[in-house]
Amino acid sequence: MAETIADTRRLISKPQNLNDAYGPPSNFLEIDVGNPQTVGVGRGRFTTYEIRVKTNLPIFKLKESTVRRRYSDFEWLRNELERESKVVVPPLPGKALLRQLPFRGDDGIFDDSFIEERKQALEQFINKVAGHPLAQNERCLHMFLQDESRTLPSG
Amino acid sequence: MSFFGFGQSAEVELVLSDAESRRRVEHKTEEGKKEKYFLFYDGETVSGRVILTLKHPNRRLEHQGIKVEFIGQIELYYDRGNHHEFVSLVKDLARPGEFTQSQIFDFEFTHVEKPYESYTGQNVKLRYFLRATVSRRLNDVVKEMDIVVHTLSTYPELNSSIKMEVGIEDCLHIEFEYNKSKYHLKDVIVGKIYFLLVRIKIKHMEIDIIKRETTGTGPNVYHENDTIAKYEIMDGAPVRGESIPIRLFLAGYELTPTMRDINKKFSVRYYLNLVLIDEEERRYFKQQCFALLSLMQLPVAMGRICPRRPLGSPPCPDHGEETFRKAA
Repeated sequence: MAETIADTRRLISKPQNLNDAYGPPSNFLEIDVGNPQTVGVGRGRFTTYEIRVKTNLPIFKLKESTVRRRYSDFEWLRNELERESKVVVPPLPGKALLRQLPFRGDDGIFDDSFIEERKQALEQFINKVAGHPLAQNERCLHMFLQDESRTLPSG
Repeated sequence: MSFFGFGQSAEVELVLSDAESRRRVEHKTEEGKKEKYFLFYDGETVSGRVILTLKHPNRRLEHQGIKVEFIGQIELYYDRGNHHEFVSLVKDLARPGEFTQSQIFDFEFTHVEKPYESYTGQNVKLRYFLRATVSRRLNDVVKEMDIVVHTLSTYPELNSSIKMEVGIEDCLHIEFEYNKSKYHLKDVIVGKIYFLLVRIKIKHMEIDIIKRETTGTGPNVYHENDTIAKYEIMDGAPVRGESIPIRLFLAGYELTPTMRDINKKFSVRYYLNLVLIDEEERRYFKQQCFALLSLMQLPVAMGRICPRRPLGSPPCPDHGEETFRKAA
């Protein structure tokens, strides 16, 4: 043959430690948004959602945490991230201003199906954001997810 | 002078003296088509003949001189008016005069320097061609014949591997290794990716070959990037301590040798792009430059074997044996 056959044997590599191979992965991060509750009376009413975090990532102070947040808190988080970090932040579900007008046939923003839709979209949003390595370095994300003591500054 | 129509009254043809034996290779044209051209190497003599055929014999053909040129030039597509000739040889074949019958002129350009490889790219073209010109008062009769030149290099003495640890602090640490830094066009890239830390949810990993054609100088530098290959090397989530092998055969892709600052006009470089994609479609990548060479092709005797000839002895033409060069 005109050419020598190329040596395509694999490069030598270290055998994998069995603990690494069969142990739990180091990238476990699960965030659930659930249990919506409407608080307050009359025009001051608003809905809060339970944000439950389970993780083994060392960047999160708590391996498990639960906080309650409302839609405007998500808006605050999104604005902080856009301003402070270089992350391209995904969009939030809509503000539903039309639903807040009076004389509607349904419950407006307290309508069950609307709350369910919004809850799912918020869960997608927060998972996407919290999994981003650069967003994980931002204080605002950890305040939002795990700091139960404070309510977030309103927008 | 012909009163009948505006067609040429003479036809010019260029024929190489070794047209029968010289190898032809495929080369892409500017429009993207593949055509065959005669292959030359640096230092080879270019010889042949110019055949001048009169369309109307017995009618005179007046001319201001006949010459043949061998030209190597670089054309930048955005600056077509200026061709940069780096090789320009001329042979005068006939002084001004007239012909009444067809003529044949032999020519030879001895040991012509052809320093660069022929290249047809996105924004620049480097070509070599013969041009025969019959000068006339109103319009010259011109015939061009393109040839292709390949450069060859020897096996590099030093060809170290590329090994690097890269990543994102506390999120993803990998060590990648490629077995060489200089590959030839039919080579195989053998390597591996070793995961030191995986705190993100990886979905798959691929390796891309990027070709970057750079034209222009100073403030007018223009880079044209082209992804020549995308090759998935891993599907699924890796964990710490895992090693993913890489085996990428280059022969399947349209590659040219790396060209560095050719005549100070353009460069062609290749990069390996290692890309990891996580579950949210975020991309993490590391780009690494590598060199492509066209290697000295070793001629090998191959042909029919005479069954009676002992191994190792010279071939015997009386028994119908042939030897011919086969370049890979």
